[in-house]
Amino acid sequence: MLRARRATVAAALLLGVFAVTSWANPPTAKGPAAARQLEAGRELFEEHCSSCHGLHGEGTKGQAPSLRAAGEGAADFYLRTGRMPLGQVGDEPLPGEPRLDNAEIEALVRYVGGLGKGPPIPKVDPAKGSVGEGMELFTESCAGCHAISGKGGVAIGGYAPPLDEATPTEVGEAIRTGPYIMPRFSASLISPAQVDSIARYVQLTQEPEDAGGFGIGNIGPVPEGLVAWLAALVAILLVARLIGERLGGSRADDEAEEPR
Amino acid sequence: MTTRRVFRFLDSRTGGGSVLGKALRYVFPDHWTFLFGEIAMYTFLILVATGTYLALFYEPSTAQVVYHGAYAPLRGQEMSTAYASAVDLSFEVQAGLLIRQVHHWAADVFLAAITVHLMRIFFTGAFRKPRDVNYYVGLTMLVLAVVEGYVGYSLLDDLLSGMGLAIGNAVALSVPVIGGQLGSLIWGGRFPGAPNFFGRLFFVHVFVLPILIATLMAVHLVLIATPRHTQFRGRGRGERNVLGTPMWPAYALRSLGLFFATTAVLFALGGLVQINPIWQWGPYEPWLGTNGAQPDWYLGWLIGALRLMPSFDVVIGNYTLVPNPFWGGVAFPGLIFGFLYLWPTIERRWTGDRRAHNLLDRPRDNPTRTAVGAAVFSLVATVFFAGAADRAFVQFGVPYEDQLWGYRALTVLAPIVVFFLTRALARRLRESGAHPARDSGARLVERPGAISRPTSGRS
Amino acid sequence: MRNLWRWIVAGLVLRLSKKREVHREVDLPADPGAETWTAALLFAAALAGLAFVAIYAFDDADTQLLGLSIAAALALIAAALILAAVRVVPQETLEEERPRFADPYRDEENREDAVEGAALSFREGTDGVTRRRLLGAAGAAAGVGLGAAALAPLASLGPAVGDRLAASPWKAGVHLVDENDLPVKASDLEVGSFLTAFAKGADKGELATPLVVVRVKPEELELPAERADWAPEGILAFSKICTHAQCAISLFRYPLFAERSPGPALVCPCHYSTFDVLDGGERIFGPAVRPLPQLPLRIEAGELVAAGPLSGAVGASWSRVREEG
Repeated sequence: MLRARRATVAAALLLGVFAVTSWANPPTAKGPAAARQLEAGRELFEEHCSSCHGLHGEGTKGQAPSLRAAGEGAADFYLRTGRMPLGQVGDEPLPGEPRLDNAEIEALVRYVGGLGKGPPIPKVDPAKGSVGEGMELFTESCAGCHAISGKGGVAIGGYAPPLDEATPTEVGEAIRTGPYIMPRFSASLISPAQVDSIARYVQLTQEPEDAGGFGIGNIGPVPEGLVAWLAALVAILLVARLIGERLGGSRADDEAEEPR
Repeated sequence: MTTRRVFRFLDSRTGGGSVLGKALRYVFPDHWTFLFGEIAMYTFLILVATGTYLALFYEPSTAQVVYHGAYAPLRGQEMSTAYASAVDLSFEVQAGLLIRQVHHWAADVFLAAITVHLMRIFFTGAFRKPRDVNYYVGLTMLVLAVVEGYVGYSLLDDLLSGMGLAIGNAVALSVPVIGGQLGSLIWGGRFPGAPNFFGRLFFVHVFVLPILIATLMAVHLVLIATPRHTQFRGRGRGERNVLGTPMWPAYALRSLGLFFATTAVLFALGGLVQINPIWQWGPYEPWLGTNGAQPDWYLGWLIGALRLMPSFDVVIGNYTLVPNPFWGGVAFPGLIFGFLYLWPTIERRWTGDRRAHNLLDRPRDNPTRTAVGAAVFSLVATVFFAGAADRAFVQFGVPYEDQLWGYRALTVLAPIVVFFLTRALARRLRESGAHPARDSGARLVERPGAISRPTSGRS
Repeated sequence: MRNLWRWIVAGLVLRLSKKREVHREVDLPADPGAETWTAALLFAAALAGLAFVAIYAFDDADTQLLGLSIAAALALIAAALILAAVRVVPQETLEEERPRFADPYRDEENREDAVEGAALSFREGTDGVTRRRLLGAAGAAAGVGLGAAALAPLASLGPAVGDRLAASPWKAGVHLVDENDLPVKASDLEVGSFLTAFAKGADKGELATPLVVVRVKPEELELPAERADWAPEGILAFSKICTHAQCAISLFRYPLFAERSPGPALVCPCHYSTFDVLDGGERIFGPAVRPLPQLPLRIEAGELVAAGPLSGAVGASWSRVREEG
């Protein structure tokens, strides 16, 4: 259901057509390729974003925030995880398939990044991180919402998604930008090296060490209880059913067996 | 020849010959639902055996150590000796993880088997005189088993078990008037407790409660055998006899078969399906928590009750008479167990039937009892499922807050609806004589020839 | 046996069932003095048991006195029982047939006879005893005394309640430190951030020590007037332990766009009690009742310091949790 919320891109498109184009303050470009990308980003912005975020990303009171301080980090996160463009104003932005292709996202990210000063796309390298440090940091700062196993949870009023598909870059972006109702963490609180460690730990939760066998989702006692009842107890009860009444069932069989 | 010699040896020393002879011909009525209790008994044996093994490796200490063991992500983390020893016994003791997982699965199945056994006893009226005392013994074992499971879950001192203990302490503190003393006594002070608290937990888990359960189980068996088993109505079966398979050889073999089947299932699960991977949860500290923390299934109805309860304390002036966790943590289970303990008395008063009963009712034979039982069960089930609402939100996306209100409504509505539906269904079944699962009536399974065969002369 | 009214029955007395006849000889006692002494011994035992409880209740209870008092209670009960055995109850000689192991299992006797027989045997055991109520009361008193003495040491399991449950390391001037004991600086937190802090020098595992510290925009705050200066630069500190069931408040939500999202709040992941940070930790959802205790803060040389004690009791509620600390 969560992932089923598809964007009503059509509505945004329609609005985009009526939107008056603006040439004001185009961000400085370096070279013709970058300029073309920026221009493409501007067009995409007008088409997909401006109806809510305003023509220049200034935001609309009561509808959508200003993107002046969003930065490339937030734009990249929201677009690559399919959270934006949003289906309906006021909806909780939820992860899904990206709505735009890679080139479009890059162009749009470049454009939004140029709107003002915001966090850049962080460089995250889990290979440099320590999984142990990552686990400790994740427990302290992330597990309250995403669960220690990274399987997601309830953040009353919001959804803390599972991190099954989160890439290291997305982990870093989320930490720095605090999407939707997630808190955000500056570099003085969680250093870039620590972000590497957290991303390394998130990778571990995506492929946990299931030394005990089939992991049944790695979310603890709820599926365990289901297995205890629906697999173990049912199997044993079937055995009981088998031996609790005499085999062969019918009276006729009983009498046929009746000996000597 | 040998048999006779062995029996003579025993008989001349213990006088048990006649008892043994009787025991060998002890009759077990044929019905598969009579085996639920046996499953519970066998899982208990497995729990004792696997638990003995685990106790050889576990260290009940909260002394802090730095982990240097086999599981890389935990290396360098500070943790309690208890948690470290549990991780070590999972990773560094050959077969340790298998035994630990079998132990945990066995605990989950133990409680499940007791639950279905209790339901069989309740819905067939097997709790009636002369077995009411034994019913109380059984209920007490259920209470002890729930506590035993909770204590065992808590011993590991991983993130989930620590959160469970924090809640347990809050529930103890919430007992009106004496709660502060109670919590301080059990924990040796304020949560997370005195340094020797885990020693207490361990001793209670491996000695006090198992001895109590084993003793009650012995009493339970004696009180089953003394008046003999109950049986369903059928040709040749009355209040004064019992018809079925003798202990030796057919029943003994079946029952042993059930024991090995149970053990096989538990060891298969223990080897193949992971349960409580504590190395993935990490160590507990009072300032750490994780979303979606859940207790084992048999406490699911209590976390459900704690979560469903609206925000509400009883306060007189500055004095907090009833803190909130009391409602879900004590009052609700107290209500359910109170109902179960009182039901034989209630039914006796209400029907005026004070006779002894050896023949069982089918659930439809007593529509009101069946309906009351089903209503109470639906209440517990509703609260139980409410306890997993947070996981349901992550899986299915229904907002947690909406689910909570839905479940609150259901706790009121479900018992009422279930009561009337069940009663109507039972009445219709009773009148039509049809079996809900089979097309024909109940079938008789005794062998007529066997009844008349003399059973004496073998002692 | 000088004062006994000697009454010897030699012969066959009907017992247990009509079929079984056994040999019984009885000396019926009649010694009210012995009964009085027995009762007195039992009452004395009760007093000794209570004395044990009284000694136990003192600080530094003396081991020798504890041992003497409980030993006295037990010895007095022993004396009472022995005296009762030889002077109060009838002195019987009874014959019982030894069961023969080879016997086939005896038929069940008539149940009513069995019950009757058991009751008769029990009653016969006190033939000739006159002051039954006195002895009963004395026995009960001794039981209470010994029971109280047996239960009293359970109190050793835990320390005294009140002060321990209310203890807190937080008072004005205590510095906030992180898990590595480094001071927490205001600049560590940007708006929408949270961290865990502890009292400098305190045991981190003590329930009242851990805090959750968050930062919001100062203009968002809706703190009550008396807490107006508790949150310098929009930084607020709360006890990290939920007031419902003591789990760690490990969930902070802070909206990116406040107009279209739920407001800033702290949530406990155990039962999802939710506390509003803007108004000082009032509950807005879930089963908790009391607000999250808030710690007044001030900033000294860029570091966070407590400006006073926590605003309420830490941890789950118990009977005296709402009393002024």
